[in-house]
Amino acid sequence: MATHTEADGVTRRDFLYVAGGAFAAVGAAAAAWPLIDQMNPSADVLALSSTEVDLSNIEVGQSITVMWRGKPVFIRHRTEEEIAEAAAVNVASLPDPQTDAERAVRPEWLIMVGVCTHLGCVPLGQRGDYNGWFCPCHGSHYDTSGRIRKGPAPLNLAIPTYEFLNDTTVKIG
Amino acid sequence: MKKLIKTIGVALAFSAFASFGAQASEGGALKQVDWSFNGAFGQFDKAQLRRGFQVYREVCSACHSVRLIAFRNLADIGFSEDEIKAIAAEYEVQDGPNDDGDMFMRPGRPSDRIPGPFANEKQARAANNGAYPPDLSLMAKARFGGPDYIHSLLTGYEDAPEGFELGEGMNYNPVFAGAQIAMVAPISDDMLEYADGTPATADQISRDVSAFLMWTAEPSLEARKSLGFRVMLFLVIFTVLFYFINKKVWKPVKRGEQV
Amino acid sequence: MASSTYEPKNRFIKAVNQQLPILSLIHGAVGAGYRAPKNLNYWWNFGSLAGVCLVVQIITGIVLAMHYTPHTSLAFASVEHIMRDVNYGWLLRYIHANGASMFFIVVYVHIFRGLFFGSYRNPREVLWFLGVIIYLLMMATGFMGYVLPWGQMSFWGATVITNLFSAIPVVGDSIVAWLWGGFSVDNPTLNRFFSLHYLLPFVIVGVVILHIWALHIPGSNNPLGIDVKGPQDQVPFHPYYTAKDAFGIGVFLLLFAFFVFYAPNYLGHPDNYTEANPMVTPPHIVPEWYYLPFYAILRAIPDKLGGVIAMFSAILILFAMPWLDGSPARSARFRPIYRMLLWVFVADTFLLGYVGAHAPDYIVHIGGVEIPCLILGQAATAFYFLFFLVIVPVVSRWETPLPLPKSINEAVLKKSAAKA
Repeated sequence: MATHTEADGVTRRDFLYVAGGAFAAVGAAAAAWPLIDQMNPSADVLALSSTEVDLSNIEVGQSITVMWRGKPVFIRHRTEEEIAEAAAVNVASLPDPQTDAERAVRPEWLIMVGVCTHLGCVPLGQRGDYNGWFCPCHGSHYDTSGRIRKGPAPLNLAIPTYEFLNDTTVKIG
Repeated sequence: MKKLIKTIGVALAFSAFASFGAQASEGGALKQVDWSFNGAFGQFDKAQLRRGFQVYREVCSACHSVRLIAFRNLADIGFSEDEIKAIAAEYEVQDGPNDDGDMFMRPGRPSDRIPGPFANEKQARAANNGAYPPDLSLMAKARFGGPDYIHSLLTGYEDAPEGFELGEGMNYNPVFAGAQIAMVAPISDDMLEYADGTPATADQISRDVSAFLMWTAEPSLEARKSLGFRVMLFLVIFTVLFYFINKKVWKPVKRGEQV
Repeated sequence: MASSTYEPKNRFIKAVNQQLPILSLIHGAVGAGYRAPKNLNYWWNFGSLAGVCLVVQIITGIVLAMHYTPHTSLAFASVEHIMRDVNYGWLLRYIHANGASMFFIVVYVHIFRGLFFGSYRNPREVLWFLGVIIYLLMMATGFMGYVLPWGQMSFWGATVITNLFSAIPVVGDSIVAWLWGGFSVDNPTLNRFFSLHYLLPFVIVGVVILHIWALHIPGSNNPLGIDVKGPQDQVPFHPYYTAKDAFGIGVFLLLFAFFVFYAPNYLGHPDNYTEANPMVTPPHIVPEWYYLPFYAILRAIPDKLGGVIAMFSAILILFAMPWLDGSPARSARFRPIYRMLLWVFVADTFLLGYVGAHAPDYIVHIGGVEIPCLILGQAATAFYFLFFLVIVPVVSRWETPLPLPKSINEAVLKKSAAKA
């Protein structure tokens, strides 16, 4: 091919080749998108994003774990001591500074996603150095507000969006 | 001779391909409706689909389910989120088990599938004289002719001709395979009042619900056609481009040069 | 066969290629290193198109398997979940479903190309055998794939086809029970069909590699059916046939996209949108269109075992083509009588397809005469075997071919001179 010369042919041929190659590349890229996007959450999964929980049977000092979006959510009816302990912490000293008020809409109810922010294990309740949660996988300690205090986890336990429909029912998601 | 054989071959090829379509007319000729969603650019008429949903709710849903449709899907045909929540809440959906281990009923949510009239096939048959009212979600794709078939069936009831032996509890409808159908003619003029004020003739009602069932069967129709147009456009340009590239590449060979 | 070797200019690429000569391999297989006859026409596009189809089917298939559930109570619903909820699920499924049809269209043309131009003749017998094996694997794969959506046609198609094996004397029933993993087509059947439907395409890939390998030993046949005499008869595969194949792929994808976007269910059967029900058989059970000719042959023979044998023979007889054909010329271009009969044979397969799509008692009107499909199918079946067992051996040995051109180069030059 390289030996073929034609006064005006070279530029047109080059343009054609570049256009053809570019077109094929764009087409391949566009065709790849559906193959990638199909792995994203499907419409039915996205629709199943809220769950309602009845809180009336949870005594002070008790916790329950409910399933939300395939993950455990801890709902803890905190004791007065726990609330006081969580509020007394110097926020500035925390690895992930957050006040307890930012984490609990109603102080007696702590609602958070029970997935350790380190590598996704489920922490154990009322354990560890801070009387909160302790992740057995790599030893992360969370306090009574679910904030990371010690260990490899970088962030506090996540708070899902939730609202109280009434005093005894909360809607998560 | 060669040409004749080739012609016969092509004709046979087409008739073999078309023979699926030929079976469509076996149950009697269908009315060919000029649907808004026909053709390469045809899209759904959303107002018609909403009327069709009203027909389904007020008429068909007494016996038939649309089990593949969730309330949230109604957003596709123009219902707002609040309207969908309100519609869903009108239905009772089974949930559970609760903390006592019992199943319980609660108001529907947008993520729920639209509950059908019967819990299972046995219950449906028991309530319908042994006949099973089929689920309608895919009906527009599960019969030759699709929405034309549904419309023709709904408006195809006649008196049985002289000498036709009709089974007990059966109705004569030449569109239906075997011409005997357990379903009583479901649609009549002014049997309902459309929310949008469209005159509710039997023909209109039948068209609207047929269009609605086309949507339940093929909700991706609009996305498919609009993506299809872009893909075809791309492929036409791609093909023309490579036609010229190919011509250019072969030019020296066609001229007799050795490569 | 490779007349030029691959010499990368970039030092890094050169070093990698030295340790793993994959670029040399590609260069020799589909690059400038593979020299192909310069007179290949558009019939020769269908090999690369078949490759495109296989890749499309494997990619969309792997992706669909991420959402599909091979269980009798969930399979149908999971397919509808793909169609409704999965992002672009409808597109992927329609591509996969229509892709099967496209694959068969392409492969049928490819097989016809081989028959017409004598590509099965010495020295390409092994290449042809591998092709027939690919075709058999495709039929098995396509059949099992059609069962997976678990619609009425899936279920009853699976029931009918697996029951073919019950025609085998003595062990037939045991074989069928073994295929089913039970006493009817049920969950074990669906599960193993899914497993095999996932596996077989990769077996096909393996045989395709052998097929291409076997192609590169003698090199491509050509429309004249005469041997390549030297480099003047050839052009490098790249860019000549890569450009031509790219154009062909564009035309093919237009047809493919037309079906996917504008007639996605045209080649399917409506009954498969009704969930499988082991209690109710649909009034007409028809296989997918690409099996229809063989289905017609099966039904043409009034004996159960005879029908099954005839059906399998109709495919396996392709293996015998290298021996059946004894003509001094490969290409049908120089064999006018044989060529005409070959076209009649093609028409016959279409007729068989037509018969296969209709019930045996369906009446066909031909010039005012009423012929039941069964009779038509029996006549067409008789011609099918007559063609292979009598016409090909006799006509090929009896017919004197037209004078063959001296060389490919000469024929090409003559043609371009005539055009100029």
